[in-house]
Amino acid sequence: MKKLFLGVLTALAMAAGGTFAGTLDDVKARGNLLCGVSTGAPGFATVDDSGKDVGFDVDYCRALAAAIFGDPMAVKFVGLTSAVRFTALAAGEVDILARNTTWTYSRDTDLKQTFLGVNYYDGQGFMVKKELGVKSTTELDGATVCIQVGTTTELNLADYFKENGMSYEPVPTADNAESQQQYLAGACDTYTTDASALHGTRVNLENPDDHLVLPEIISKEPLGPLVRHGDDNWADIGRWVLNALVIAEEKGITKGNIDSWKDTKDAEIHRLLGTGDDDILAMVGLPKNAMYNAIKAGGNYGEIFENNLGATSGINIERGVNASWTKGGILYSPPFR
Amino acid sequence: MSSPTLPPSESFKFSMLLSDTRYRGMSLQVITFIIFMAVFFWLVDNTIKNLALLDKDVSFNFLWLRAGYDINQRLIPYTSDSTHGMAALVGILNTLLVAFVGCIIATVLGLFVGILRLSKNWIVAKLMSAYIEGFRNVPVLLWIVMVFALLTEFTPAPRAFKGAEPEATMLFFESVAITNRGTYFPAPVLAEGAYWLLLCFGLSIVAVIYFIRYANKQKKDTGKSLPTFWISVAVIIFPTLILFFAMGQPVSLEYPYLKGFNFKDGIHLRNSFLALTLALAFYTSAFIAEIVRAGIMAVSKGQSEAAASLGLRPNKIMSLIILPQALRIIVPPLISNYLNLTKNSSLAIAVGYMDVRGTLGGITLNQTGRELESMLLLMGFYLAVSLLISSFINYFNRSFQIVVR
Repeated sequence: MKKLFLGVLTALAMAAGGTFAGTLDDVKARGNLLCGVSTGAPGFATVDDSGKDVGFDVDYCRALAAAIFGDPMAVKFVGLTSAVRFTALAAGEVDILARNTTWTYSRDTDLKQTFLGVNYYDGQGFMVKKELGVKSTTELDGATVCIQVGTTTELNLADYFKENGMSYEPVPTADNAESQQQYLAGACDTYTTDASALHGTRVNLENPDDHLVLPEIISKEPLGPLVRHGDDNWADIGRWVLNALVIAEEKGITKGNIDSWKDTKDAEIHRLLGTGDDDILAMVGLPKNAMYNAIKAGGNYGEIFENNLGATSGINIERGVNASWTKGGILYSPPFR
Repeated sequence: MSSPTLPPSESFKFSMLLSDTRYRGMSLQVITFIIFMAVFFWLVDNTIKNLALLDKDVSFNFLWLRAGYDINQRLIPYTSDSTHGMAALVGILNTLLVAFVGCIIATVLGLFVGILRLSKNWIVAKLMSAYIEGFRNVPVLLWIVMVFALLTEFTPAPRAFKGAEPEATMLFFESVAITNRGTYFPAPVLAEGAYWLLLCFGLSIVAVIYFIRYANKQKKDTGKSLPTFWISVAVIIFPTLILFFAMGQPVSLEYPYLKGFNFKDGIHLRNSFLALTLALAFYTSAFIAEIVRAGIMAVSKGQSEAAASLGLRPNKIMSLIILPQALRIIVPPLISNYLNLTKNSSLAIAVGYMDVRGTLGGITLNQTGRELESMLLLMGFYLAVSLLISSFINYFNRSFQIVVR
């Protein structure tokens, strides 16, 4: 009986955390932002040769840090596997999770998270070795599939093969690196995860041309940053920094030309950059030039995309649906007023 | 002469609870218990409050919801339409399978290595020392990953078996395929009449048990020993074999064959299972070997000298004199090694083996977000299994204790 008590004690000691109101005050008091990112997803969150965190999700967190502190480097990145990310967020180990996480109903409601929007419209795809001769996912009957545990891709995979009357053998792995290793060793025929991650992984392989990302996308994976329930002001801040980056692209505000908008007649730009008379950012407790700093940190949405996922990065993902609505995509921010 | 008077009986005072040795022990225990319970309730209360703050409740209803994910190794029927509870059960069975097979291999290996380490042959003794020190002094997680890497990196992919001149071939008359996804064995297929065969086999075993009892009794009464081993082997093999051919071979073997991406049919032992089981067994066997050695060395030297002077051969001395006495010392610490192996099996996730930590404590926990509930269930499961193993072996242990007549 004593053993049982001790066991329960340990569990409860872990569960007994603090309170979570006033995240912005906590962050300010701490002096930096704790941002949960992937432990290694090329294009989204990796460490470059000089030891600096880089990536699409990383740049979002830098923009948020810049909005709060005026300093894009005032952020500490916490690498989280897909399995522990929600627990880490709920327990307050990170202030925000920007870890190519799919927005789903049950995560939003049952897991008590607040998604701040979509920063990348993704879908689940498959990568195979070209020598396999497979051209379509419909030819994958009986295949062995490497998959990261604790992701939505796991559920999509089960549904997709069931709907198509095909069988498969899952090989569960802990993260992208392990999946990649198993896939290269031939322990699985195909590796499935979000298509963006597949593209990112492929270009970093020794011979990218030996591998093929199959054309089919089997699911909707709207990825976005999220915070825990209970602090709406904090959620608003995260949401509007994301929107600001999108609006900046719409308006043509870039990292380079951001200082040249002082005389524009567009009132929304003045509100956004804090160059007008209104100080609407005081509503959420941010300085007047918060969004100016956020955009200045890594550029607008388009620039961040281009630097981390687009042609500049070498990963070469097309904008596709992730283009601004003004350019045929579905990226659309509510007005900043 | 006045009769001796009793000391005046003191009336009970509250301070006596601590100052009087008659009460002190009891009152200290009560105080400790109260503090313990207070801390316990504070933790429970704190957890409930904090969960409420996070807007979370404690509920086990998720066990009856559709799991939605697939599991590769399942001992009972399971699909993605089954419930999370079923997924947990599949995981539990996978854990028990590793624990069971691992314990058996560890015991057999440990016994051999432990005895051989005491060998007078210098090379054998040193080799066994190297085995023990090598496995005992490296974390088991590294061994698991190492064995898994060996199994996946140095074996051919199923595709290598294809073509007119394949790079890899199946072993043992095209019946066993070793691939980087696991090893495929032929599976027995039971046709009509196979149950009679099983019945016959079962009866043979019962007969052998009775025969061995009879042989032991004979030995005690008359001192003559019968050739027990060969007669037992004959009784087990021949009746079943004769019946097998008489009934027209009702049991056939289903050979694995390559189809599409993978081998089909046959028994598939996945590399994750092999790596986990073997690594755990090797690691634990090193500890068991030391326990066996300690047990043997604890039997006084006079015992083996006395047996030798009676003219017994070394192997008889070991099996009749030394081991029965050593077992009394070996069995209790053996329990804790079995428990360790069972608990260490929760490292399965390192190689993607779907044990209960991987299903209930991994995917289910993740998909449902029920951390506290899943962890409590997991701890309850490991606790129950550990207690069961302990009580079972303790029961077994009693039969080895010296019976005081």
